[in-house]
Amino acid sequence: MEADHKLDTFGLLCPMPIIKTAEKMKEIKLGEVLEVTADDAGIKEDMPAWCKATGNEFLGLEESKGEYRVYIRKAE
Amino acid sequence: MSDESAKKKVTIIVFSGDLDRVMAAFIIATGAASMGFEVVMFFTFWGLNVVKKNEGAIPAQGFLRKMMSRMNRGGTKRLPLSRMDMYSVGRRLMKRFMRQSGVPTVDELMAMAKSMGVKMIACTTSMGVMGVPKEVLRPEVDTVAGVATYLGNASEGNINLFI
Repeated sequence: MEADHKLDTFGLLCPMPIIKTAEKMKEIKLGEVLEVTADDAGIKEDMPAWCKATGNEFLGLEESKGEYRVYIRKAE
Repeated sequence: MSDESAKKKVTIIVFSGDLDRVMAAFIIATGAASMGFEVVMFFTFWGLNVVKKNEGAIPAQGFLRKMMSRMNRGGTKRLPLSRMDMYSVGRRLMKRFMRQSGVPTVDELMAMAKSMGVKMIACTTSMGVMGVPKEVLRPEVDTVAGVATYLGNASEGNINLFI
């Protein structure tokens, strides 16, 4: 999936990935897509939960060899 | 679109002064703040040790309170583990593990929490009982208050925790 912005959280454990995601989302525009890469497995559940709480759109997650690639779209 | 229109609120009573429990409290606080929740933390009893300045003497009145302050100096750099502290060996190992795993320190978590608008309140009754004057509190503490303030906040809270 193509993303307008990227955020790398490799090496960071919860709560850092979602904290950094929250910060980054403030900078991007409505409708834009952010790709977040992480190696903390918690992100599989955390990102959909974060999106639900903040009203942003969870587009999908790709997983390969302990690396996670998450796509979210800014909705509000 | 969010299905709730009102902003969610989290209150956390930090009663413990243990490193592991305090880390959990701040991880929940910063996580909640990153999800757009309003977060208020109340520091009482041993939790006051988290919000005492790390440096400087604690002025205390009376022999017994002075002894207490010496045995319970507090400050984020002196928090023990709740288990296996082993005369401070345990906490040093735990801090090393956390550093190696890239987990932020209590001070770093506190700074993040403040930058995200988390409110920190110290309990006046505990301060009186344990001889902790206002001047000893860190600048991160927004105000001092009593149980009515806590209950007012908690009655609006969607999530109220006692750590």
